[in-house]
Amino acid sequence: MSDKPKARPLFDPPIVRQAMIDSFRKLDPRIQIRNPVMFVVLIGSILTTILFFQAWLGQGEASPAFIFAISMWLWFTVLFANFAEAMAEGRGKAQADSLRRARRDTQAKRLHKSEFSTEYAVISASTLKKGDIVLVEAGDVIPGDGEAIEGIASVDESAITGESAPVIRESGGDRNAVTGGTRVLSDWLVVKITANPGDAFLDRMIAMVEGAKRQKTPNEIALNILLAALTIIFLLVTVTLLPFSIYSVGAAGTGSPISVTVLVALLVCLIPTTIGGLLSAIGIAGMDRMIQANVIATSGRAVEAAGDVDVLLLDKTGTITLGNRHATAFIPAPGISIEMLADAAQLASLSDETPEGRSIVVLAKEKYKLRGRNIHEIGATFIPFTAQTRMSGVNLDGRHILKGAADAIDELVRSSAGQFPAEVRTAVESISKNGGTPLVVAENSKVLGVIELKDIVKRGIKERFAELRKMGIKTVMITGDNPLTAATIAAEAGVDDFLAQATPEAKLKLIREHQAGGKLVAMTGDGTNDAPALAQADVAVSMNTGTQAAKEAGNMVDLDSNPTKLIEIVEIGKQLLMTRGALTTFSIANDVAKYFAIIPAMFWTLYAKPGETKGPLAALNIMGLESPESAILSAVIFNALIIIVLIPLALRGIRYRPVGAATVLRNNLLIYGVGGLIIPFIGIKIIDVILVALGWA
Amino acid sequence: MTPILMNSYLQLGFYIAVLIALAKPLGWYMARVYEGKPFGLDRVLGPFERLIYRLCGIKADEEMNWKLYALAMLLFNFAGLLIVYALQRWQDFLPLNPQGFGAVTPDSAFNTAISFASNTNWQGYGGETTMSYLTQMLGLAVQNFISAATGMATLIAFIRGLSRHTAQTIGNFWVDMVRTTLYILLPLAIVLALIQVSQGVVQNFDTYQNVSLLQSTVDANGNVITEQSLPMGPAASQIAIKQLGTNGGGFFNVNSAHPFENPTPLSNFFEMLAILLIGAALCYTFGKMVGDTRQGWAVLAAMTIIFIALLALCVISEQNGNPAFTKMGIDQKAGALHSGGNMEGKEVRFGIVNSALWATATTAASNGSVNSMHDSYTALGGLVPMWLMQLGEIIYGGVGSGLYGMLVFAIIAVFVAGLMVGRTPEYLGKKIEAYEMKMASLVILIPPVVVLGFTALAVVTEWGKATIYNPGIHGFSEVLYAFSSQGNNNGSAFAGLGANNPFYNLTGGLAMLFARYWLAIPTLAIAGSLAKKKHIPSGPGTLATHTLLFVTLLIGIVIIVGALTFIPALALGPIVEHLIQ
Repeated sequence: MSDKPKARPLFDPPIVRQAMIDSFRKLDPRIQIRNPVMFVVLIGSILTTILFFQAWLGQGEASPAFIFAISMWLWFTVLFANFAEAMAEGRGKAQADSLRRARRDTQAKRLHKSEFSTEYAVISASTLKKGDIVLVEAGDVIPGDGEAIEGIASVDESAITGESAPVIRESGGDRNAVTGGTRVLSDWLVVKITANPGDAFLDRMIAMVEGAKRQKTPNEIALNILLAALTIIFLLVTVTLLPFSIYSVGAAGTGSPISVTVLVALLVCLIPTTIGGLLSAIGIAGMDRMIQANVIATSGRAVEAAGDVDVLLLDKTGTITLGNRHATAFIPAPGISIEMLADAAQLASLSDETPEGRSIVVLAKEKYKLRGRNIHEIGATFIPFTAQTRMSGVNLDGRHILKGAADAIDELVRSSAGQFPAEVRTAVESISKNGGTPLVVAENSKVLGVIELKDIVKRGIKERFAELRKMGIKTVMITGDNPLTAATIAAEAGVDDFLAQATPEAKLKLIREHQAGGKLVAMTGDGTNDAPALAQADVAVSMNTGTQAAKEAGNMVDLDSNPTKLIEIVEIGKQLLMTRGALTTFSIANDVAKYFAIIPAMFWTLYAKPGETKGPLAALNIMGLESPESAILSAVIFNALIIIVLIPLALRGIRYRPVGAATVLRNNLLIYGVGGLIIPFIGIKIIDVILVALGWA
Repeated sequence: MTPILMNSYLQLGFYIAVLIALAKPLGWYMARVYEGKPFGLDRVLGPFERLIYRLCGIKADEEMNWKLYALAMLLFNFAGLLIVYALQRWQDFLPLNPQGFGAVTPDSAFNTAISFASNTNWQGYGGETTMSYLTQMLGLAVQNFISAATGMATLIAFIRGLSRHTAQTIGNFWVDMVRTTLYILLPLAIVLALIQVSQGVVQNFDTYQNVSLLQSTVDANGNVITEQSLPMGPAASQIAIKQLGTNGGGFFNVNSAHPFENPTPLSNFFEMLAILLIGAALCYTFGKMVGDTRQGWAVLAAMTIIFIALLALCVISEQNGNPAFTKMGIDQKAGALHSGGNMEGKEVRFGIVNSALWATATTAASNGSVNSMHDSYTALGGLVPMWLMQLGEIIYGGVGSGLYGMLVFAIIAVFVAGLMVGRTPEYLGKKIEAYEMKMASLVILIPPVVVLGFTALAVVTEWGKATIYNPGIHGFSEVLYAFSSQGNNNGSAFAGLGANNPFYNLTGGLAMLFARYWLAIPTLAIAGSLAKKKHIPSGPGTLATHTLLFVTLLIGIVIIVGALTFIPALALGPIVEHLIQ
């Protein structure tokens, strides 16, 4: 995703400015209460502020300067967490704003009947309702989401996809869905509006990105419960420490119990503020990364589920293989030279603008040095392909060259009492068996030979599947081909399994079978006939070029309409979960060092022998922090600053590599677990040294 | 290596080796019992089992959902609690009371009834001076069986939750209780009781015997004493189950330090083995029942590693001796004549190693029987038993309850680690979601609430402070120990604290009640929820929970949660006590 041109810089100055303002706006307790960990910090900040004023008026439990410093850093802790969330939201909003620009209020040409006519009423697009029929002509902006019911047009969808090349939208078939806010470049379309204003695709997308409608995802809820439980435990630990210290002071006969300020400082250091403060930012940023990959998820739940996917159903065409078949060999009939066949095949394909046809021309040129000729210059006439004849070809100087499916040519040859050579038949069969498509070439009812067309597996896809396998994800290729062809391509592409002669019912059945085995299934689809399977799949990515029905059935839309995107989606989902887990581990591991800072500080003089300034528990000050005040302050400052330091990690997500679970766990435990144990020792010590150097403690 | 060190290693090594070696056969046997597969003894006792079902009207083939299971468990335990309370209150009217003991006070009876129902066996009373033989046998010994069986039944229901999928039920509580008692606890208890009797543990209904002292002595008032009264009773039968069922309630006041409860090094070895035996073997049972014995071994490994580490700390601290004695110039070096080390409060027939091993084992398991006085341990030596209890009694732990507690920790470990591998966390193919986390959070939350809350109450109120006989650091440790013990259903005591009074009886009773049932109920809730889920097949993308990596992680989570929760309190108790010397 880093190679996406759209990736915005992490700290975009306008976003940072807005986020700073929002950090204060978010101090509203009604917002804070949603996050139990940070709410506790807020209460602590308020409490210490009150204690500061009390001390300032001369009856405080500690020096006003100390309480002030603690209180300030607690406020910073809350603000930093707010800032992280505001940054994530800001980045989302920036994305949304650029989308919204596409939504300047447009005019719609509403038709009275559902067919092309020039009689229309010009109304505002915002008054369009579901079921209205509109005409969109070249230069018009499509006024709302809908289906093309008549016409064909090229459409600029760059407003939502960022892709500048225009796309074709036409009535019927799987390319009939149009999106509001995109612009027709040529020709015209009659569009039936399928969404009410405010409910359209673009609206939902903006709402998702802005985080306004963001709901907590299942894993996030579960994690929040654990964090709340830890917060309660630590609340209890600190609250009971007051009676314990009262008892101890009584037993020692001297000293005074721990101050409330110090207890609040300890509490804030112990509760998982790092993950608590960054949790919602991680979630929003995950969604944002999805959008930067040009995928719109209709819910955060879907993004999270992407990380859990066990099985990927991938369409063969376009995903595993290049969209079209390519000519790879010429096999001449007996008595025919290969050059003759290649020449005839090239002539027959000169006007064939299908990718297959072009590939034949190219193959003949590359292998047999036959230059492509201009069909008009040589005076040839083109015989176009029709569904009836199932052949196409060319007429040239009395030569009547045709190419087509074996049975079609067979029929043709037979009808003119010709021979279909057995050798050619054998070649046809062997090509089919190997997963290719044979095209037979005939000239004036004489069979010249066979052209082998093959699926070309995309470069690098095999490695991609190997990575997926390491991650524990099974890939299943879906194709309409016969089992033999499917097996060959499956082996070549390195997928784990395939479904041949796939019908919508077979797809649905396959998904259900996997789900019954407890697996989560992801798939892509674009056609209306994919809709049932999309609805059944756990992660269903529909192509933006797909039909409205497919989009409705899926829970994500890929604006690039790139079926390979599914792999990226899975990675983003995993990355989201990993970031949460890593920061949770880090947050909990941090507490060990904080204890070594705060416990000796709290009981610095407790049970000290007469005449000595340090008690026995000061021996736990293994970091050698200067004084109780500097130790506590350093821990609190570290606790606040670590949130800021980790914001980039929360927004970008931790590094993801496709390796097995065991390796991922080991690496992350080393970095975030062991690292989380060690780093705060260093950090707190450094802060202490700085505080002392500046004379603040 | 000095001979004494060599001796320690040999004894400790032998103990652990025997324990682990027995885990597999016994674990296998128990799995057969719970899975209803033939195991031999069922041929002999099968008719008896079916007779029990007929007499009690138990429909053995009808299974329960988790709520019904929990309800049956609670009702049955509550009934047991009432019976023990009644037996104590009316023992002066009941038979088998040769010493003619009067009724136990209401607050003590309340505390003891909860204590024995909850598998805690905290004893605010002294057995031989308080309880009639009938109360001991019909009340306390029966509860030893029932509370142990309850823990094991709850565990088995939990395991079924993990191993079943798309199921509504988790077993039949009555069947699990009957089978546990009849096929596991009774046979083992009979064997152990016989071994104990062979070593000299008493088993009779005699009145207490007056015997002449070999050497007369003088009491505090200067009177010459020539006679001693020796308590009697049906001790062996109760001691066997007290050890096997991790109950720990002694027949006599000084528990297994008493020569009639634990006369010889051999009896000591078998009693120690019995403390951890079922707890360790259940790990194998768990692995067997979830269809992957590696899972059981992994959990057992995590427990054993923590156990060995803390055992070493305890043994070394005790062997190093007591700094107070060093100041007094007392020889604590091991030599030809004595074992050296801190022998205060320890029996010479057990020495340092077998006392420290017992102390560690009895607090690792929620047993709580003692063969030495934990109160007299060095600061660090005493920290080990205290912290083992505070970890939640999950290092082997109480029979059943220890493993289900550990499995809840495994669920929490899986949750954190599972997120780190980029999947919704799953344990043994079951997704861990919000509901499971809610219940698991309760399980880790309640013991600290109980332990820290009641300790705080005790050390600042006059009710609590009145009977702290060692005001000072050690007094704090004693209160903390008392509530750590009751708040985790252990039952051992630091003593030095006057606990048989209304304040401690009431708070302790509540602590034991909460710690037992408020953990069992959420555990069964998790079982019910997991049973309903689909089973997800594991693959390279799923987190393996049988690897060394996972064992390390599990240990880390247990230690970190235990440390973070209790370090501040421990700092004001044993830690400062250690540092001040």
